Amino acid sequence: MSTPAMTSLERVLTTLGHQEPDRVPLFLLLTMHGAKELGMSIRDYFSRADHVAEGQLRLREKYQHDCYYSFFYAPLEVEAWGGDVLYVEDGPPNSGQPFIQHPSQIEKLTVPDMDTPCLQKVLDATATIKKEMPSEAPIIGVVMSPFSLPVMQLGFPAYLDLIYQQPDLFSKLMEINQDFCVAWANAQLDAGATAICYFDPVSSPTIIDRALYQRTGQPVARETLARINGPTATHLASGRSLPIVDDVAATGSAVISATALESLADMKTASRNKLTVLGNLNGIEMARWSPEEARAKVTAAIAAAAPGGGFILSDNHGEIPWQVSDEILMTISETVRESGTYPLLP
Amino acid sequence: MNSGIIEQFEQALLAMDRIEAQRILTRAATKQQTLQYIEDIVVPVLERIGLKWEQGHIPLAQIYMSGRICEELIDSFLPEASPERISHPKIAIAILDDHHLLGKSIISSVLRASGVALEDFGTQDSDGLVEETLKKDIDILLISVLMLASAHHITDVVARLKEQKPSIRLIVGGAPFRFDTELWRTVGADATGHNTNEAIQATWKMIEELS
Repeated sequence: MSTPAMTSLERVLTTLGHQEPDRVPLFLLLTMHGAKELGMSIRDYFSRADHVAEGQLRLREKYQHDCYYSFFYAPLEVEAWGGDVLYVEDGPPNSGQPFIQHPSQIEKLTVPDMDTPCLQKVLDATATIKKEMPSEAPIIGVVMSPFSLPVMQLGFPAYLDLIYQQPDLFSKLMEINQDFCVAWANAQLDAGATAICYFDPVSSPTIIDRALYQRTGQPVARETLARINGPTATHLASGRSLPIVDDVAATGSAVISATALESLADMKTASRNKLTVLGNLNGIEMARWSPEEARAKVTAAIAAAAPGGGFILSDNHGEIPWQVSDEILMTISETVRESGTYPLLP
Repeated sequence: MNSGIIEQFEQALLAMDRIEAQRILTRAATKQQTLQYIEDIVVPVLERIGLKWEQGHIPLAQIYMSGRICEELIDSFLPEASPERISHPKIAIAILDDHHLLGKSIISSVLRASGVALEDFGTQDSDGLVEETLKKDIDILLISVLMLASAHHITDVVARLKEQKPSIRLIVGGAPFRFDTELWRTVGADATGHNTNEAIQATWKMIEELS
């Protein structure tokens, strides 16, 4: 007996409840592709909230996936703190020189206002999407975790030195960043976001060991997520996550990302009834996949992780590269509809 | 070389115990009176640590801190301008289009710690990197990138450099090359280093080929 079709929101909520919806939910975490849809440069696209809102609406209409993604680009948050953003024609905007050139500057940092223009653009885009499509699909907002944001604030080497060698300044930075992260997440929820994706790549065992995570990134996440007024998903941006599944579950997050570098089946087993697994299509390889490869990868991911619900198919990084073609995105979407309908075929 | 010393040195680095690491190297240096201890102890340990990261056993932060400790220790034994360092082809490292320094810092530290002298070009765009490389007459260029778009920009850098200096060798690394193991060939590089272990091996192989 076939299950009646669900809305995207119902589909996602069902899988988050570790039940099988009508089909596997698909999050195509597309950002720059909206510029292609609107026929403009990446820089022009992100310059206005209505561009991004229109781009997200068109992308979901085109690919029939299960979320809107109000994320603009990673360095948007450091832009709010006064940092530089560097644009390229064929990739995501990137952060410039770290705006904290010496750790002593941490003492003088203040939390940016939520009406800072770059933040306000995201809030306006979110509100527009919400107004156009009030409850059919979730709107996924994004924050950088207080623990991972310093990579762009200080630069990675200086941040590692801070973690290991200057615990007092590290604590001070976490305190300031937590206040910002909470305010920024709640502002997006107030604007209409359904849930917040908490990007925390530094917490991945790819970057730091589990013991250090348990002393640093995990308590920061637990405290921060508790103050966010909505559901949260933890994304490690291609980083490994298998060794810290239980730790992430203890932070209060509902979702964990899976990398293409780890077994999706193992991730699903470790996360069952604790966290919904989000992943793990390889976005970098995706840029050169043939349609046949795309179909095979999607089918394999569904077979590995979809039984029983608790799974959302997505790329493994949280941002699909500009170089991924429309044909491959369409193939992924079609394959989910063909092979991802519950009950799954053996 | 006594494998016990290698184990001890690795443990000291992973524990970020600079004093113990220095004690082990100083003892080895005193005994050998040559630079052989770098080849016998430092290089294999850095290769082992790189391999452990590739296998998911240790995190990137430990590689970075291990490399830093080794680099500082070797600098104290083997100053930057010493003849042992500069008697090989000219080597440089750069990041293309990016200000995320960690990958370059790690590779730079482990190569310096293994006795290699290299120029650090910092962050460059394609034009700047080609110009700087040719101006300094570099023989082996290591390029680190974070973004897929930057990885594709290497194609142009390789073509322009090879046109001007056909003997130049290029090694590429960074996240895009880890997630697409064929990408380094696509951009026209001569080798890639998915981890510090591979980067050291690829660099030394090219040094031997060009020397």
